Amino acid sequence: MLSAIGKQVHVIWTQIVTLALVFSHMFRKKDTVEYPDVMPYMFPRWRGRIILTRDPDGEERCVACNLCAVACPVDCIALQKTEDENGRWYPEFFRINFSRCIMCGFCEEACPTHAIQLTPDFEMAEYVRQDMVWEKEHMLINGTGKYHDYNFYKVAGKSIGGKGKGEARNELPPVDRRSLLP
Amino acid sequence: MFTFEVGSLLSIAFVLGVVLVAAAMLIWVERRLLGFFNERLGPNRVGPFGLLQSLADVGKLITKEDWIPPFADKASFVIAPLIIPIVMLLSFAVIPFAPDVGVMDLNIGLLWIFAMAGLAAYSAMLGGLASNNKFALLGGLRAAGQMISYEVFMGISILGVVILGDSFNMREIVLAQEDGWFIIPQFFGFVVFLIAGLAETKRWPFDLPEGEAEIISGFNTEYSGMKFGLFFVGEYIGMLLLSMLLPVLFFGGWMAPFGLDIGPPIFSGLFWMSVKTGAFVVFFILVRAALARPRYDQLMSYGWLVMLPLSLLNLLITGAIVLSQGA
Repeated sequence: MLSAIGKQVHVIWTQIVTLALVFSHMFRKKDTVEYPDVMPYMFPRWRGRIILTRDPDGEERCVACNLCAVACPVDCIALQKTEDENGRWYPEFFRINFSRCIMCGFCEEACPTHAIQLTPDFEMAEYVRQDMVWEKEHMLINGTGKYHDYNFYKVAGKSIGGKGKGEARNELPPVDRRSLLP
Repeated sequence: MFTFEVGSLLSIAFVLGVVLVAAAMLIWVERRLLGFFNERLGPNRVGPFGLLQSLADVGKLITKEDWIPPFADKASFVIAPLIIPIVMLLSFAVIPFAPDVGVMDLNIGLLWIFAMAGLAAYSAMLGGLASNNKFALLGGLRAAGQMISYEVFMGISILGVVILGDSFNMREIVLAQEDGWFIIPQFFGFVVFLIAGLAETKRWPFDLPEGEAEIISGFNTEYSGMKFGLFFVGEYIGMLLLSMLLPVLFFGGWMAPFGLDIGPPIFSGLFWMSVKTGAFVVFFILVRAALARPRYDQLMSYGWLVMLPLSLLNLLITGAIVLSQGA
């Protein structure tokens, strides 16, 4: 009998403790960020709007290797490779359908030249669905993005106009195989 | 006719206006306070501090499609949501707001409240039954069981107040608390009445008839538009009614604590009545924010095995003391 009463008192007491605890939350700092009035802090590595960057010399970084399009799980990237007169590869068109894009960042990880990068911008709503399809001129920026001194053609062995075999950074001149004859 | 006295036109208009506006504002108050308890801000966009949120909510509910399912029983489906706001508003007729402010001075005021509360159970029952939906039926069943069983000891718990106040008349009960509020001699009666009242208004944590985690939305699953809105408003009016009943029965109604009267009696009475009512409204919202819902068997066993003996014991002891004092 007494233990039953004690149990009921305990039940009520725990409920009162809960009430007091929840009431104390009324006077704590609110977690809400009133977004349109106050911009929330966006982390630099946030995966948002996709950009195409240029190398330090101002040339397009993208070499149209299609690795991003292959890595993309929703197939939202479409591009076509072409070459300029120096033998540099670049995309003839580069199209991302942002109504499909899930901002997973796989394209950024797949990119061998740091050309495609994700940014902290997330405000990409549009009224017309077709406006969600972005072309190269919409995404190409003038800067280098997150990697300031990487220049693919300066470190790669491929010869282009103005840079022959063996002239890249940390690259030895090509070996003349015939001179190795005994 | 246009002076403040019980039953005058001015009084009636005042009571009706205050109750309806307060019930509408409660929608906003509850959401805002719940936000605060959850460390959020709550609705603060519509109007200053979000004060017009209720207006926006009502606008939304009215313009929504008012759909009657083809498999429902049309007549009772339409009648069910009308019952609860009507009977809850009728209950306010006997509430003494302040000296000379009120609709009726009924000498069986408390019984009137219980009669109306008994009718309110039909709203959820009919709604659940008429929807012809398994979840609605379960909700209606739960509502019927819960409201009928908790009404039993809700009634018994305030018999102590009736003994001490020597009347069923709400005004006389308030006046009988001149020398001391009934919360002190009737503490257990207050506890039982509070818990039973929560169950009676189907508010958290006793919202098993709705129990959205288990049975979608319970008895109002099939309701939409303003029909749902009537259930909604009826629930808030019920909460307001309970928040006014508790001060009237246990906290001295319109009487000022420690003789802190301000201004003329009507003004002072209205002020203290609204302060006490507001405190209980905040308490009920806090209960909603904090407490978890019991299982249905826990609800029933708690009612019959704890609340009923407690209220009977309270009644027995109160009666014995009053008799021994030779009243």
